[in-house]
Amino acid sequence: MNVGSAVMRRARLGLSAIMVLAGLCVALAGCEKKAERAAGAGKEAVIGFTASQTGKLNVESARQINGLNLWIEQVNAAGGVQLADGSRVRFAAKYYDDESNKERVQALYTKLVTEDQAAFLISPYSSGLTDAAAMIAEQYGKIIITAGAASDSTHGKGYGSVYQIYTPASRYLTGAFDLLARLDPKARTAALVCEKDKFAAEVCAAAEKYAKNTGLKIAFNEGYDSGAADFAPFINKIPPGVAAVMGGGHFADGATFAKQLFEKRVAAKFISLLVAPPEPKFAELGDAARGVVGPSQWEPLAKYSADLARAAGIEWFGPSVAEFAAAYRTKFAEEPSYHAAGGYAAGLALQQAIAAAGSLDSSKVKVALDALNVMTFFGRLHFATGAAEHGLQTGHEMVYIQWQTDGQGQLAKQVVWPEEVKSAPAMSLAR
Amino acid sequence: MLRQCAASLLDGLLLGCVYGAAAMGLNLIWGVMKVINLSHGALMTAGMFVVYGLFAAAGLNPYLALPVAALAGWLLGLAIYWVAVHRVIDAPELASLLATFAVNMILVGLGTWLLTGTPRNIDCDLGAWRLGPLVIQGNRLAAAGAAVVLAGALFLFLRRTTLGKAIRATADNRGAAELMGIATSRTLALSFGLGAMLACTAGALIATIFPFTIASGAAYEPKSFVICVLGGLGNPLGALAAGLLLGAAEGLAPVFLPVGWTPALEFGLFVLVLVVRPTGLFGKSGT
Repeated sequence: MNVGSAVMRRARLGLSAIMVLAGLCVALAGCEKKAERAAGAGKEAVIGFTASQTGKLNVESARQINGLNLWIEQVNAAGGVQLADGSRVRFAAKYYDDESNKERVQALYTKLVTEDQAAFLISPYSSGLTDAAAMIAEQYGKIIITAGAASDSTHGKGYGSVYQIYTPASRYLTGAFDLLARLDPKARTAALVCEKDKFAAEVCAAAEKYAKNTGLKIAFNEGYDSGAADFAPFINKIPPGVAAVMGGGHFADGATFAKQLFEKRVAAKFISLLVAPPEPKFAELGDAARGVVGPSQWEPLAKYSADLARAAGIEWFGPSVAEFAAAYRTKFAEEPSYHAAGGYAAGLALQQAIAAAGSLDSSKVKVALDALNVMTFFGRLHFATGAAEHGLQTGHEMVYIQWQTDGQGQLAKQVVWPEEVKSAPAMSLAR
Repeated sequence: MLRQCAASLLDGLLLGCVYGAAAMGLNLIWGVMKVINLSHGALMTAGMFVVYGLFAAAGLNPYLALPVAALAGWLLGLAIYWVAVHRVIDAPELASLLATFAVNMILVGLGTWLLTGTPRNIDCDLGAWRLGPLVIQGNRLAAAGAAVVLAGALFLFLRRTTLGKAIRATADNRGAAELMGIATSRTLALSFGLGAMLACTAGALIATIFPFTIASGAAYEPKSFVICVLGGLGNPLGALAAGLLLGAAEGLAPVFLPVGWTPALEFGLFVLVLVVRPTGLFGKSGT
């Protein structure tokens, strides 16, 4: 045997030993991962969404994201959600700024699904942006919970994985007409001035139809472009003597409209605007906010409870109204608005469905969402399952708030409608 | 109907004064140096954010902050002139058009990055007064008053001061002005600064009436172009008169038409004037 072949043999032996050792390491690591998976340690599901951190929707969107983040924090602190195999899943938020821009939403939701591997999606704020996000979710077969979107029409497109938390737009202003009839039985005319966007247009179309059915004449009905700042041309066109002015769209335009209605000393005895009044920031308008009514998806004064759920024969799930409100106040040092509550409720619905499905598999979670019928601090949650309106919210109901003067002369929000949940009687405007 | 017409006309005229002041800036720059300033809208936005910044950060009354907005506009105008316009002042008009368009894109891009697209509002309510069936809003009245004062000051400056006369001489014939010893480059820079100052101040006045975003200037810029054409290009006082005319039309149109049709009416008027009287309603024919 020559020296060269001995060296070669030793080298081959050394190489073989290294390869065996490497193979063992890989196998051991694999076993460890299997064991980890079996025990559920470190399992994490990404919740993807976009936030309007900038742009005209940032007030409402910021609250929605606050609520959603609070849910993620609380569910993770409680150990996550237990699956059927005994493992537990925790949640991680992945989000981008959509700049309140529909064009950015589609690209960002595609990125969330394809690059960030989001297991579930939550919608952006607003019906317009949500419509864009829903299309992407449906394309990739991802479940999307629409937290801040009330449009009915999104659910008439045959989507199977889009689930709505809010009371739909078609039922948004109907209670305001009922309240007006109670407050002023002699009211005969109203004016509708709504933003020309998907959500507000649907609300106002339904409101006009409802008003006619109740015998109220819509004396003026004209829409304004999104981003409008000058409402004087509309206000000047409102016929004198109308009993009510209703409309608006979102926070920025709604707050401006309320301010200019006050500055122009519009004499209507009843003003009800969409979205803006329930936000605590609306009180910054001062006297212009006083007396304004707004439909709200939820209020801290809401009376949803386990007892109410029992009486309705459905399951109660999640924190109480007081627990949610207290946790929100502690974390964000402000009153929770319905946008914040909606964000939290979206997470809650997903949590309950994952727990019921015992799996992160989209098809199993969809079955659980279709069957969901629970009462939460946000109210009842139940989705339509028919093909024509799949995912439309059918369980939840609106409340109506009004900014009134409290005992200390400060502006305070009161629930004034429906009658059975009101915290104070409604008042007529005196301007 | 009469009440509605009167209320709408009043709103339109008050707003028209502010539109007129903004358009005077655009018109002055065109009249003196034949530059179509496409950064006009961005300059208006700058004025909005100057008064908003001082109001939000230091609690300064927005009307007291107007001189600061004017100064900021003048300095910004000087900077734009020396950096982007001066080098192309003798080039074909497309060059200066593209240069100011580039400045506009830079200003809006930087503004969006730094200030975001979030709506802002200056909460300074001057109240309202009832005058029979009309309601006069304090903020609109104050803004209109300030715009008229600004226009008057510009008129006096152009007519009564040496610098103003130098600007007019440069506008009439730059070569002859240079032969008379006028430093035309500095005069052109001063004129651009004045035009920018008017745009900035008008933007600041608009911010006292309406909420705004970083993109708001772009919505007011086309109105300035319409006003310049109506009033006659190169005629600053014609711009103020045309501003009132446009304001009145903008106020009265919604009485008879849906509000959303107003821009179509404005631009219809724009095209009509260009076809029938290209020198504008208040411009000298043949110029």
